[in-house]
Amino acid sequence: MPDADHTDAKVNKDLTPEQKIQLYRDMVRIRRFEERSVRVYQQGKIGGFLHLYIGQEAVAVGTVSLMGEHDHIITAYRDHGHALAVGMGMNECMAELQGKHTGCSKGKGGSMHFFAPDKNYWGGHGIVGGQTPLGAGIAYALKYRDLKGCCLCFMGDGAVNQGAFHEALNLAQLWQLPVVYIIENNGYSMGTSQSRSSAYDDYLAKRAEGYNMAWDVVNGNDVYSVRAVTAEAMKRAHEKSEPTLLEIITYRYRGHSMSDPDKTYRDKQEIQEYKEQKDPITLFQNTLLKEGVITEEQISSIDKDARKEAEDAATFADKSPFPPVESITEDIYWEEDNRTEETNSKGTIIFE
Amino acid sequence: MANITYRQALNDALCEEVERDENVVIIGEEVAQFDGAYKVTEGMLKRFGPKRIVDAPISEAGFLGMGIGASMLGIRPVMELMFWSFSYVAFDQLFNNAAAVRYMSGGLINCPIVVRGPANGGTNVGATHSHTPENLAANHPGLKVVCPSNAADAKGLMKTAIRDNDPVFVMENTILYNQKWDVPEGDHTVPLGKANILREGKDLSLIAHGRAAITALQAAEQLKAEHNIDAEVLDLRSIRPLDEEAILETVKKTNRAVLVEENKPFCGVDAQISHLIQEKAFDYLDAPILRVSSIDAPQIYCKKLEDIQIPNVDRVIKRVLELR
Repeated sequence: MPDADHTDAKVNKDLTPEQKIQLYRDMVRIRRFEERSVRVYQQGKIGGFLHLYIGQEAVAVGTVSLMGEHDHIITAYRDHGHALAVGMGMNECMAELQGKHTGCSKGKGGSMHFFAPDKNYWGGHGIVGGQTPLGAGIAYALKYRDLKGCCLCFMGDGAVNQGAFHEALNLAQLWQLPVVYIIENNGYSMGTSQSRSSAYDDYLAKRAEGYNMAWDVVNGNDVYSVRAVTAEAMKRAHEKSEPTLLEIITYRYRGHSMSDPDKTYRDKQEIQEYKEQKDPITLFQNTLLKEGVITEEQISSIDKDARKEAEDAATFADKSPFPPVESITEDIYWEEDNRTEETNSKGTIIFE
Repeated sequence: MANITYRQALNDALCEEVERDENVVIIGEEVAQFDGAYKVTEGMLKRFGPKRIVDAPISEAGFLGMGIGASMLGIRPVMELMFWSFSYVAFDQLFNNAAAVRYMSGGLINCPIVVRGPANGGTNVGATHSHTPENLAANHPGLKVVCPSNAADAKGLMKTAIRDNDPVFVMENTILYNQKWDVPEGDHTVPLGKANILREGKDLSLIAHGRAAITALQAAEQLKAEHNIDAEVLDLRSIRPLDEEAILETVKKTNRAVLVEENKPFCGVDAQISHLIQEKAFDYLDAPILRVSSIDAPQIYCKKLEDIQIPNVDRVIKRVLELR
């Protein structure tokens, strides 16, 4: 439950000082990347949507830090935080935002569609709730192959009212799939607050009870809590091949996307209070200072490095070329991109 | 050659592929214990067990999305839709996720899934169960679409589809399930995108796909017998990829084309074929291209009228006789 203290959980006790500092660094890197991308957007270099992760950093960093070789991750369109957490580079991410050829999807995916299957990261999906059956499928594949792993499948609080989400929960429990569904509850599905969009009693995750599925709720501003509760769910997946529905309570400081003026549905004061009292980076920084794990000098050098890394990524993206026109019709079909003399298909597959 | 039903040919293809590749898994509503709503998967649960032949709940968005997710990791699910009409509740999974994940990832992710099931009218079940969405699917780059018209193609195209690394939608026909054809023995495969001349002729070309190709063939025989008109019948087999060359070749040979399909006329597959012919064989045409499609209304329930709504031999012959 969100008020539980997880400082003494084994997964946190076992952390070395270096690992703790790495968690902190990863959170700061995400924030600085997102802040820098705002400036790129304001310069008119990012088109379309830009959904920022600022305020939610402890969720992606805390959960991803628990992933092993056979653990996989998939998320919705607010996907930059997870991308950086799994180890994608700022350069390829910033370049993708600008639609450049050096982007992680060669400029074909954009902000909402980052992927890195080599890091077990399956995107980056634009339709609310649409990735939740895919998450079940990733878990299905792991189980089919007898691999001891799981899929962390993220979504926002708006996704819980989509049919696909409920179908996925039913299948996950019915077929005992090793998937951890994670609702990153930032309180608003776009501009509609939770109380105006969802019928619920106490917690959204309680809907799992309808499927006889395990569930829990955790405070997403505290990276230790996120790790402790997620570790339990991952253990359930690894050892019993059972799914879990987790609700991680968090908050976004920015609008739904950059096109959201953020003036109509919440008070400035609400945002201010969060920044001052519940900011996940500030909270963790204070914890690490109190534990004597980090020094003020390290804090400022981590921040400086992250700013520079984000700045360099913006420069990299600026200098990168746009994809060539002929690339519009590449990467549609595996077979066309890998055509050999043995290729079986004939005929026309790309039309004029 | 074995003389077997379209259903048996599909069953043979599925069994052979499940046996050949441990990554192939059959998933769908009633495919296992029930032996298949249309018995296409009959006997497979008993033969291969519940890991390979999986009963899904009535939850198309859920289980089709799940299959797509599993295919991204290299599983090769063959998903049965009891009717292709039911794909409409899984539209986002099929037409966004399966179609676009390779593109949006810049080619990093494949989706080697097969989605199969009947897509036809003529069965007296009304509008919600009689859709023919091959035109919808073919309008989504990233997807491949085939419509086998006979047992040999059903087997050959299914096996090729399962081995393909891209998502392939196989649209079958319940009316053909019980009909028999000669099917080559052994590992019979048919390449995608290769049309098939069902009947050679010199006076005009009937170009069709799916069961409409069989209707066209019957019409051709009657045209010869009763009107001494010698029609060539080209079965497209595959909508995307499309055998443009075969279409242009037959038109250049006969100089007249009548396009037959069970799609509704507006924005149907044959609208595209018609465009192709006028663009690339304009000078060879001695008459306007004519079409025979389903009559443009939601599928009617009344069997007597439904048999008129979808292309039948009489409608094809009438249209051919209108050719100037």
